[in-house]
Amino acid sequence: MATPPVAVTSEPLDADALVALVGAQGDGAVVTFAGLVRDHNQGRRVEFLEYEAYEPLAMRALQRIVDEARELWPSARVAAHHRIGRLEIGEASIVIAAASAHRGDAFAACRYTIERVKQIVPIWKREYFDGGDVWLEGAIADPDDQGARDKAYRIACA
Amino acid sequence: MRVTVRLFARLRDLAGTGELIREVPSSSTAQAVWNDLVLEWPALREYEKAISVAVNAEYARMGAGVHEGDEVAFMPPVSGG
Repeated sequence: MATPPVAVTSEPLDADALVALVGAQGDGAVVTFAGLVRDHNQGRRVEFLEYEAYEPLAMRALQRIVDEARELWPSARVAAHHRIGRLEIGEASIVIAAASAHRGDAFAACRYTIERVKQIVPIWKREYFDGGDVWLEGAIADPDDQGARDKAYRIACA
Repeated sequence: MRVTVRLFARLRDLAGTGELIREVPSSSTAQAVWNDLVLEWPALREYEKAISVAVNAEYARMGAGVHEGDEVAFMPPVSGG
């Protein structure tokens, strides 16, 4: 089956498939990012995470981010897959691949994409730790917040 | 009229359900749907300033109108990645 550019899935993620999707012959760079389940957080020993998504909106938000990256770095092609369900320590919760003619745009587009995912994609993680569990909450999602977009862009270009 | 309400993550835990059908007056807004939920589950009120809303799986504003059969989703701050 063809790899889609954006996905929310309960299956393990396949970085190679994303690289194959975005990489074109003749490009000079492919940057990949994998976000992994860390074994500790805020002083707690993490046992596993459970991810939940509002799937149709999460897909739209991922597509929106990929489109934004394309606008900012027209030579870049980006793909992003997010996993949901129970994830063990060390497993990838997200994989992003960005290809471009030159490394600068590929790095920037990749970094921009993960920053925006954390801002606007309706996905939540529940942390199960030694002694309890807690929903983690980050950004108030507002895709039209230009300040958030600018912040992601600044981080991407730092 | 009836709308389907979707709640996620901790909002779902606070209400004890992730999906419910609510009867609301016609020409309501997402805000009115939220206010109605808060009356029933006062614990939701702490999220008043921190929720995002979607109507039919598109991000919207609390002032957005809702119509018969719409799906109105309320979402706490996101933590993907």
